[in-house]
Amino acid sequence: MFKYFPHTENDLREMKAKIGIKSTSELFRDVPKDVAFRTDYKIPSTLSEVELRSALEKIALTNKTPLIFAGLGAYDHYNPSVIGAITSRQEFLTAYTPYQPEIAQGTLQYIFEFQTMVARMTGMEAANASMYDGPTATAEAMFMAVTIAKKNKILVSATVSPQTLSVVQTYAHFKGIEVELVSMQDGITDRADFEKKFTDEIAGLLIQKPNYYGIVEDYSGYADLLHEKGAVLIENADISALAVLKTPKEDGADIACGDCQSLGMPLAFGGPYLGYLATKKVYVRRLPGRIVGQSFDKNGKRAYVLTLQAREQHIRREKANSNICSNQSLMALYVTIYLSLIGPHGLREVNELSYAGAHYLYDELLKTKKFFPAFDQPFLKEFVVKTNLPLDLTEKVLSDHGFFAAVPVHEPEYGRANFVNFAVTEKRTKKEIDELVALLGGLSC
Amino acid sequence: MLMYDRLVFEQSVKGRTGYSLPKNAYPAKYRLADLGERIRQSALDLPELSELDVVRHYTRLSQKNFGVETGLYPLGSCTMKYNPKINEEIAAMPGFTRIHPLQSPSSVQGTLKIYHEMTKMLSEIAGMDDFTLNPFAGAHGELTGLMVMKQYHLDRADYKRNKVIVPDAAHGTNPASAAVCGMEIVEIASNADGLVDLEKLKAVLSDDIAGMMLTNPNTLGIFDRNICEITRLVHEAGGLMYYDGANLNAMLGQARPGDMGFDIVHINLHKTFSTPHGGGGPGSGPVGVKKTLAHLLPSPTVRESNGFYYVEHAKDSIGSVSGFFGNCLVWIRAYSYIRSCGKENLKQVGELATLNANYIKESLKEDYYLPITGPCMHECVFDGLIDKSSGVTTLDVAKRLLDYGYHAPTIYFPLLFHQSIMIEPTETESKQTLDEFIAVMKTVAKEAKETPDVVKQAPHNTLISRIDEVYAAKKMILTYDDYLAEQKINPEVK
Amino acid sequence: MSKIVEGLFYAQSHEWLKVEGKIGTIGITDYAQESLGAIVFVDLPEIGASVAQAKEFGAVESVKAASDLLAPASGKVVQINQDVIDDPEKINHDAYGAWLIKIELSNPSEVKKLLSDADYCAISK
Repeated sequence: MFKYFPHTENDLREMKAKIGIKSTSELFRDVPKDVAFRTDYKIPSTLSEVELRSALEKIALTNKTPLIFAGLGAYDHYNPSVIGAITSRQEFLTAYTPYQPEIAQGTLQYIFEFQTMVARMTGMEAANASMYDGPTATAEAMFMAVTIAKKNKILVSATVSPQTLSVVQTYAHFKGIEVELVSMQDGITDRADFEKKFTDEIAGLLIQKPNYYGIVEDYSGYADLLHEKGAVLIENADISALAVLKTPKEDGADIACGDCQSLGMPLAFGGPYLGYLATKKVYVRRLPGRIVGQSFDKNGKRAYVLTLQAREQHIRREKANSNICSNQSLMALYVTIYLSLIGPHGLREVNELSYAGAHYLYDELLKTKKFFPAFDQPFLKEFVVKTNLPLDLTEKVLSDHGFFAAVPVHEPEYGRANFVNFAVTEKRTKKEIDELVALLGGLSC
Repeated sequence: MLMYDRLVFEQSVKGRTGYSLPKNAYPAKYRLADLGERIRQSALDLPELSELDVVRHYTRLSQKNFGVETGLYPLGSCTMKYNPKINEEIAAMPGFTRIHPLQSPSSVQGTLKIYHEMTKMLSEIAGMDDFTLNPFAGAHGELTGLMVMKQYHLDRADYKRNKVIVPDAAHGTNPASAAVCGMEIVEIASNADGLVDLEKLKAVLSDDIAGMMLTNPNTLGIFDRNICEITRLVHEAGGLMYYDGANLNAMLGQARPGDMGFDIVHINLHKTFSTPHGGGGPGSGPVGVKKTLAHLLPSPTVRESNGFYYVEHAKDSIGSVSGFFGNCLVWIRAYSYIRSCGKENLKQVGELATLNANYIKESLKEDYYLPITGPCMHECVFDGLIDKSSGVTTLDVAKRLLDYGYHAPTIYFPLLFHQSIMIEPTETESKQTLDEFIAVMKTVAKEAKETPDVVKQAPHNTLISRIDEVYAAKKMILTYDDYLAEQKINPEVK
Repeated sequence: MSKIVEGLFYAQSHEWLKVEGKIGTIGITDYAQESLGAIVFVDLPEIGASVAQAKEFGAVESVKAASDLLAPASGKVVQINQDVIDDPEKINHDAYGAWLIKIELSNPSEVKKLLSDADYCAISK
């Protein structure tokens, strides 16, 4: 007997009798003989819980968990203990999509709170219940732009992260949307190149803040130019940083998107994270995915419910805004708990600590004379520097000493083969930074 | 149960804190204020609560919810089986949670090994040759699979093939995914049994067909015995076959989509492989393919050579559908589930799930109308009550079930029947649970005859009764700020 | 039994057309509003846009459904009804009074393809 199968011999006998069969194989009589697979799968034998724990512990231990001094789309921020305690409650963890709102007010309410918080952080007016991750949310933002502007081409700054760009290009290729890059100049979007490429065919411009190199760009003026021709501004922003940086709204953006991983989610080798997508009220019907709205029940009690569902796949089918069904719902609960605990002051502190640590690391690295400035631009919590150290050796030494840092930005085709990334969050200490710098400073070129 | 109705913003008190961060030990010259013009101008309005306030608030919210452990979730096509706790424990191991997706392969051999082994095990289970674990959900897997299908034809310079055949009984994500992929749908009407009408299929096969999307068992829980003929016909016409894995649970230990002739498959780990639904995600929708399509799977992927696992970004793939490797902690849970079932138990899932569904079907057919007789697979569909004279609808029945402590089954899907009730118990439910559920369904049928208003006005015992969805759609109150704005104009009558 | 108004032309897709000289007024039938349920949103084209017979010109949305609007006749949009945009439920209360758009007919003979009130009554039972 397997612990997840409750059927006893007695149960099986009585149930088969009720159905009127002698053997369960009669239930599968429609499966053609040449297709039937009744042997064992060639997978390992069953493991008892005792053995399973031991086997998986062994596997987990072969992963190294270094001190993280890298960013590039995934950040080692503080995850409050309350998050795990609440999100592991089965009422949240194992619940289905809230299609029966009468017994799902818990889920619906935290999504409503999440939508509110995302809207406030970005300055937008409406946010959906989540997308899969930052890159896919950005691809969907592109679809929105194309529908809103009624044009089929978008411009993307070359300072957008390669993971995001890759997903955007993949989605664009299959949908038949044209994507053109706006070049980078000294680590930031080349404004002159944008103006040259911004023709009447353009539905919108995609920018990122902070950008791939960690730089906080000045995006003033772009929105006005775009709006003059009926195009939109899409801003992919690190939502945690929006506590202290000019918001997409303040930049004049029409759509804000990005990843919420920095708000309480573990690094977890890339997932689950959560993509956010927010926009102005006037475009709310273009938003894909689920949206929760507030209403009342027939006794006048305030209640929350999935709304504007007529846009979604189960009703609109091929005319839906998107195909998204399941999203990252539980991760939205991570975000609401995180932001409720940390509040506006805490989130500012998170960014101040990260800023201070990153700038301290930057100066100390330059002092070693093994690292040199790459760009002359303001940054927040991560940056890119040039190095004359051999990259493979550096990586090995860092790994052997329990550090993950100096990750190459992988741009040899642009003469940036020796540009490396560092990031510092509130979890890193001055002592750790000093150790890292000492280690790197001691390496020979 | 306490009727707790507060939003977290309504619990906020200025000055309260729920966090503790280290002190700033860096030299004072490093000040964020130096960012000057690039700093946020508007105030950031987030709630301020103590830690206990936050814990209480979300704990109370959880008490307004219903999980698989609260009670039975007989949702057809959702496979709400038990989510084992050991999987949670394993997914929380620091070795899995504290690693960065860009760490060098030698430092993350454990997770890369799991990725690789999962692709092998899923290939074996589905009868395919290779898998990607990157898609984040079933619909995302569909999109990825269709991208593979489309690119396959583009690479062969067969540019005409941009249409996908979808049965009218298909789940809404099927045609929606095709549209996102820039493909056109050709919908074919199912026959009276909800199966593919071979004549109608032959009529639409031509040189502009890229392929067909199908699930088997179909969305009515019936296994299409013509499946080999269907896949043969589509292949003959030059198209590929895509398998929607939503109903795979019935097939574990019985048949493999790869053997039925499918070229591309997606699996819902949050259905068939026990990972929790999370209130609507995170799920995971791995996509499997036959050998000839394997090079098209999205980047990044994991390869193995002499026992060493490494990351590959293939140049001829369709591109990327994710920033990194998909929902890693979700496929780690599925890995744990497959290892705990092992070859001995996984092969019994299909037969036990199907036994449970047929038991329910036989027990309820006197009260609920069975449009299709004959055995069902892991789920059964009724078309409302047999006696519809009192005007009680499927929606009413579903709401009344909430009063008895059950989550309603899937309703109004499939669209083939007007009063669809689709029930999928899964193999983790015992005979007792099923007998109790059957008794309640019979009670509700009796109430529909004798006291129909009780059913029509249901639910009565839940914290919230039926909600005004028209108000929600018209007012579009999507944030607390919208709520406050509406309150100014139309103060709530308490 | 849904309401039918005499003197109008009807499309199989449940839109009605009232012809007055060169102007055609378009709306959805009582049967349509009944099947949709409470209408929460209408998406109409802009003034100056062209519509083509049997082709989509907008959409109407209720809580449980969204339907494309198909033009019963071709022409150029000269007026849109702001009232139904502001309060879509007006369509539920009076499907024939709550018109959606007025067009300048580009091909008046197209009405031959539409149904008379008697024919529409037969298909919308």
